Amino acid sequence: MADLKCTIAGIESINPFWLASAPPTDKYINVVRAFEAGWGGVVWKTLGEDPPVINVSSRYGAHKDQKGSMIGINNIELISDRPLEQNLAEIRQVRQEWPDRVIIGSMMAQVEESSWKELAIKIAAAGVNGIELNLGCPHGMCERGMGSSIGQVPEMIEETTRWVREATNLPVFTKLTPNITNILWAAEAAKRGGAHAVSLINTVNSIVSVDLDVMAPNPVVGGKGSHGGYCGPAVKPIALNMVAEIARNADTQNLQISAIGGIETWRDAAEFIALGADGLQVCTAAMLYGFRIVDDMIDGLSNFMDEKGYQSITDFKGLATRNTVDWNALDMNFDTKAVIDPDSCIECGRCYIACEDTSHQAISFDVEADGTRVFTVVEDECVGCNLCAMICPVPDCIAMVPVENDLPYLAWPDHPKNPIKAAE
Amino acid sequence: MTTHARKVAQTPAKTDHNCRLTFDDLHKPLNGLTARTAASHCLYCYEAPCIQACPTSIDIPTFIHQIGTGNIDGAARTILSENIMGGTCARACPTEVLCEQACVHNTDHSDPVEIGLLQRYATDHLMDQNGPHPFLRAPESGRHIAVVGAGPAGLSCAHRAALLGHQVTVYEARPKAGGLNEYGLAAYKMINDFAAREVDFLLGVGGIDIRYGQALGRDITLDHLQAQYDAVFLGVGLGATNALGLDGEDIPGVQDAIQFIENIRQADDPATVPLGNDILVIGGGNTAIDAAVQAKKLGAKRVTLAYRRGADQMGATDFEVDLARKHDVHVMLWTKPKALIGTDKLTAVTLEGTRLEKGKLVGTSETFDLPCDHLLKAIGQKLSETTLSGLDIASGKLVSSNFYQTSRSGVFAGGDCIKSGEDLTVQAVEDGKQAALAINLWLASAQETSHG
Ligand SMILES: Cc1cc2nc3c(=O)[nH]c(=O)nc-3n(C[C@H](O)[C@H](O)[C@H](O)COP(=O)(O)OP(=O)(O)OC[C@H]3O[C@@H](n4cnc5c(N)ncnc54)[C@H](O)[C@@H]3O)c2cc1C
Ligand SMILES: Cc1cc2nc3c(=O)[nH]c(=O)nc-3n(C[C@H](O)[C@H](O)[C@H](O)COP(=O)(O)O)c2cc1C
Ligand code: SF4
Ligand code: SF4
Ligand code: SF4
Repeated sequence: MADLKCTIAGIESINPFWLASAPPTDKYINVVRAFEAGWGGVVWKTLGEDPPVINVSSRYGAHKDQKGSMIGINNIELISDRPLEQNLAEIRQVRQEWPDRVIIGSMMAQVEESSWKELAIKIAAAGVNGIELNLGCPHGMCERGMGSSIGQVPEMIEETTRWVREATNLPVFTKLTPNITNILWAAEAAKRGGAHAVSLINTVNSIVSVDLDVMAPNPVVGGKGSHGGYCGPAVKPIALNMVAEIARNADTQNLQISAIGGIETWRDAAEFIALGADGLQVCTAAMLYGFRIVDDMIDGLSNFMDEKGYQSITDFKGLATRNTVDWNALDMNFDTKAVIDPDSCIECGRCYIACEDTSHQAISFDVEADGTRVFTVVEDECVGCNLCAMICPVPDCIAMVPVENDLPYLAWPDHPKNPIKAAE
Repeated sequence: MTTHARKVAQTPAKTDHNCRLTFDDLHKPLNGLTARTAASHCLYCYEAPCIQACPTSIDIPTFIHQIGTGNIDGAARTILSENIMGGTCARACPTEVLCEQACVHNTDHSDPVEIGLLQRYATDHLMDQNGPHPFLRAPESGRHIAVVGAGPAGLSCAHRAALLGHQVTVYEARPKAGGLNEYGLAAYKMINDFAAREVDFLLGVGGIDIRYGQALGRDITLDHLQAQYDAVFLGVGLGATNALGLDGEDIPGVQDAIQFIENIRQADDPATVPLGNDILVIGGGNTAIDAAVQAKKLGAKRVTLAYRRGADQMGATDFEVDLARKHDVHVMLWTKPKALIGTDKLTAVTLEGTRLEKGKLVGTSETFDLPCDHLLKAIGQKLSETTLSGLDIASGKLVSSNFYQTSRSGVFAGGDCIKSGEDLTVQAVEDGKQAALAINLWLASAQETSHG
């Protein structure tokens, strides 16, 4: 059995699955239930200075696919709306009852050194294993000068991170917002401020849907809506990219990464680890299915590791990072073509119409005398774009087969058709 | 408790003949959740095989996609634009040999998309709103068409002709419209007066006038119609039934299955329909199955279905034969009736085994008597030729070679009375639609010649 123990920012965890700072970690009762279910740690719902914030109703909006499954949700919720002392008392209690589990205190405050330091000291005293700085909340809090309004300014990321480093001895996780142009500016700032790790991503600015009866964005609050923070499976691609950027950037590659964003299954978890994550945080998936999903995350990840012969998380951490390169490093001589397996084809014609209407007219459609519909790739026209293979409903019916052309690796900078190269 | 009350309402038809019987839907209609699941199973195939397999060529992937996007009214219009009786067809079509048989999912060993049920979901949704008719008529053409028979063929022709701007007068021998939709389809396919509701819906297009109790050959003649109207369409179906050719076919207890079904369909309380204890149904088509299953649902003690050939030759689909078996109908193959026993009342039937001899069906001379007090004949229907004298008939059907035109110029025909495809509602609807288009062309060319 593979060992799922992991260490991030010096903190040991029985498994890499933590609940992200959000409603599932807002209370003693939820956190205890999460630990009973097997979660390795929690990042407590973000704490702020009293008086507590007040939330609106309603709070969540949905983005569903055609089958009605949730692709993503957004929320216009704020940080914990319970008094600070109540949260701290509950943290102290869980700390005593669950000594082997990780509790990270998430916090945010006004941009005042004393505010950040005092709050950090209070949270540290409650017995947390580390502190996470919420610099990402994209609604409500940023309008008060907190959350993403800090996370969007590298100098402020650096400053708040340093304040918390100075105030406590605990590992510091700086949680980044994706609502910026280049995640490296934020990650580098966190590093300069002394962060042990970065947590990312927080939610993405969004309007997930519009209520066409009320004519307002969802969720509707008394006839009006606001932009909210988007999360769930739909944001995973954004998070994966940002994690990869940080992991392969020379300046930030030593930062530990607590990956967040759309993690629903062990496979998502493995992908993040392969791109360089040291640990994982989950919010939406737990909100949609309950804490029990961690069972399969643990089981599936360890089965995957057994199958591949990885004994620990570090064995495969970052293995895909080295294969993540800039476009300029791709081999222009590599070629692949689609090949349809006539035996498994069910003759739906989806590949044909997709290629015909929107790509390269590289699939032919013939009807045989007995009515059989035959779809064949016209090799000369196929550019290997993947479209047909992606939309074919039959698994492995369309294969993308590399072309043996015996041509050497050739990247764009050296390509004869590159005008810069040609000018040389 | 409310939940309990709901459960009771959903229980299938009671089989106690003494209780008021309600026929329940054969297939449970889809709801929002199951419709979405069923719709999401469709691959939205390109030039889909299911379209090709539907006699009316409904754009099935498009309407299913529309259901998927929540555009249910749009889905209904996609269906109804090709098949104005999409509601009945969704209930009565043997989808297992039509659209669903062609679905590509049959090749991947999963179940085909439930096209019939989805079609019903969409059309019911539109009809339940009782809104305005979904299609607008073209400007009045000044042409007037006579339609004989208000069955699916006649009504479909009338609707399409009305859409094209023509005035239509329908002559119907019976007191109600709908043809076999109203009188012949099994009660469990057409619950809650659906046939009548659909006729009302269809007539909502305007420009159609129905005259009831008017029979061609009795009250009107073709000459009259041709003198009065610009074109005539015949959708008279198959009015006569085949006889067994045995002595005693007129003794009480011997009945046409169609009559039996009609009695059920027309009864206020089906429990009052005369029903024997030992029922024998003769035939292997869907009429035989429908009669046998309904007899069983009404509470008949024993129902036997005797068919003179093997399972492969049966007209009924496998699904229908299974349905009969599930209703505890005893199916006897290679058996034919030889004599009817009883003087003033049927008491038994002598049956004889059959087999094929050099391709010909012959009796085996092995006979036995089956106690029977109610025999239902379902051995096929035929054209009542007398009403149609003057028109060419071949193999028992009206000749309609020239774009639905009969041997008489300007007289068109469709549905069961011609040989177009299987004798099915959906085929009759298609015939009516195509005949209206043909009439339209014919009228246009006639106008050209007269003016040119
Ligand atoms: C018992 C039974 C069950 C069936 N079940 C199914 C099924 O489940 N699914 C399916 O798809 N098909 C089924 N069919 C077949 C289907 O009902 C017919 O194919 C379809 O109704 C044919 O339509 P039509 O308009 O040609 O004829 P009909 O429906 O027979 O309509 C003919 C109309 O013309 C009228 N008419 C007849 N003669 C005259 C006249 N001289 N003057 C004026 N009016 C006249 C009749 O009163 C009737 O209204 C069944 C048939 C039967 C008999
Ligand atoms: C309802 C809700 C409330 C959230 N509140 C906080 C918060 O208080 N602090 C914080 O750092 N992140 C908060 N988040 C962001 C999550 O911690 C997480 O970063 C984000 O949802 C992406 O992960 P996911 O795709 O697994 O949900 C919240 C998310 C949701 C859905
Ligand atoms: S998409 Fe796949 S199954 Fe459909 S026709 Fe193309 S190859 Fe065949
Ligand atoms: S009309 Fe009948 S055959 Fe055609 S799609 Fe509908 S259910 Fe299928
Ligand atoms: S063949 Fe089946 S999957 Fe394809 S469009 Fe028709 S119903 Fe949908």
